[in-house]
Amino acid sequence: MKSGTRKLWTYVIFVAPALVFFTLIILVPFLRAILYSFQDWNGISSDIAWAGWDNYAAILKDTGFHKSFAFTLKFVFVTTILLNVFGFLLALVLNMSLKSRNLLRTAFFLPYVIGPVIIGFIWQFIFTNLFAEIGKATEWSMFMKNWLSLPSYAFWSLVIVTVWHSVGYFMVIYLAALQGVPADLLEAAEIDGAGRWKRMLNVVVPLIRPAMTINLFLAISSGFKAFDLNFALTRGGPFGSTESIAYHIYLDAFTKNLFTLASAKAVVFFLVLAGITLVQVTAMKRKEVEM
Amino acid sequence: MKNGRYNISTLGLELLMIALALMFFFPLYMTFINGFKSYNEVVTSVVALPEVFQLKNFITVWKQLNFFGVFINSIIITVVSVVGTLLISSMASYQLVRRPGRVSNVIFLSILASLIIPFQTLMVPLVKVAKDLGFINSLHGIIIMYWGFGVPLALFLYHGFIKGIPRELEEAAHIDGCGTFGVFFKILLPLLKPITTTIAILHSLWIWNDFLLPLITLSSNSTRTIPLAANIYFGQYTNEWHLAMAALTMAVVPIILFFLFMQRYIIQGITAGAVKG
Repeated sequence: MKSGTRKLWTYVIFVAPALVFFTLIILVPFLRAILYSFQDWNGISSDIAWAGWDNYAAILKDTGFHKSFAFTLKFVFVTTILLNVFGFLLALVLNMSLKSRNLLRTAFFLPYVIGPVIIGFIWQFIFTNLFAEIGKATEWSMFMKNWLSLPSYAFWSLVIVTVWHSVGYFMVIYLAALQGVPADLLEAAEIDGAGRWKRMLNVVVPLIRPAMTINLFLAISSGFKAFDLNFALTRGGPFGSTESIAYHIYLDAFTKNLFTLASAKAVVFFLVLAGITLVQVTAMKRKEVEM
Repeated sequence: MKNGRYNISTLGLELLMIALALMFFFPLYMTFINGFKSYNEVVTSVVALPEVFQLKNFITVWKQLNFFGVFINSIIITVVSVVGTLLISSMASYQLVRRPGRVSNVIFLSILASLIIPFQTLMVPLVKVAKDLGFINSLHGIIIMYWGFGVPLALFLYHGFIKGIPRELEEAAHIDGCGTFGVFFKILLPLLKPITTTIAILHSLWIWNDFLLPLITLSSNSTRTIPLAANIYFGQYTNEWHLAMAALTMAVVPIILFFLFMQRYIIQGITAGAVKG
């Protein structure tokens, strides 16, 4: 009995800290987010009223939210494709026996370790100052525009900077997967008469599916959560055209004091993101082959 | 999968990649050189090299931002958050793995499931919780919040790793009279080193570079972190690009140096973290 209580105490001492901080910082705010989403409150006053489904009804009519939702979907779609295509291509090339391979890998990965806010500021300088100067010198119309003040250009500037920032990460994961493809398997396929494309499609791609699952998941979830660049590079502008969902919720909650409406949007955001990533991961896991 | 032959087309590809890498580096190069220029030089041409590499901007920024204090804040927050997360997560994982049962299962699965919740869903009520607990504008407050946010991934990675460690070693130590704490700190913790490195790297990069949580919980000058401080030069009506570029250079150099020294571990850690997570 005595050793039993002692064992229980050890268990509690080991597990409790993690459980307490998790509860305080994640679980309680999560439950409160759901609670707030059914209330009407500005975050400051002492009277909180029940709102039922009013906040959710308001979301259905909130064109600003729809706009940011549409922007985010488009952004996720484009960046997921580009990050994976370029990440994979870079990995393919850097998997060849190039002499400067290690140096190149460092160069392409380097931007990833810098915080996205800092990256956003750096590129703000590039788009406003360097582009203007190139435009003056070359008179190419592409560089003579102010990228950050035209909606369609602002969208692509976010895409370019995102790809520049994170492509090295996707490259590294694809590279690790490519290095795990056994050379004898490829040789066997070559002997059997499979050409370069056939080897790629029928040997390499099936074997690196797990890396694809991971990379698609990462691109989708980080794209949905995009905030820092929208804040630092475009400030959601011009005319709110680059307001990501995260930035939209931030503005609602912390600059407009729409505490409960922002919570309802945050809950919707959670449901959408959880749904999409769960579907993606289960669908792709099914296609993976065991080695 | 290796391609052994080195021929003319490989050379072409190599040169192309080097050109691409240089282009990749160009934005950072721009940041560095413009930090050394005067305001007029930046306005005249951003591409030109500075006439003299003067440190004036860096000194101004150093004083204006109280950069030393800001840097120390970032270091304290990152180090204490990461070390704390490592400790509480490894301890919890150890007992959750070695004492399986319904309670352990429920705890593990609920924490694991929370990985899917985006920070943005939590941030609105979190600020309220943080206000109630006195966590706003305080270093210890934000550190405790990072402990909470750090636990799920760390716990998940430790849990998987500890499951692969045979119990015999711990049992032998127990027989030799070692208590649970002794077994954990003397036997298990050293064995966890590879996964500890992975988690430490993932969490350090995340916390050092994090912007949104500091933005909503730290506003006073004395608690600012590096990303928050850099924000000052990018307000609506500022165009002091020479100072801004000096500030960005100072923000970027520490993390680049860290990366170059720790590159092997960072790339390994990131790959391992992604593959398991």
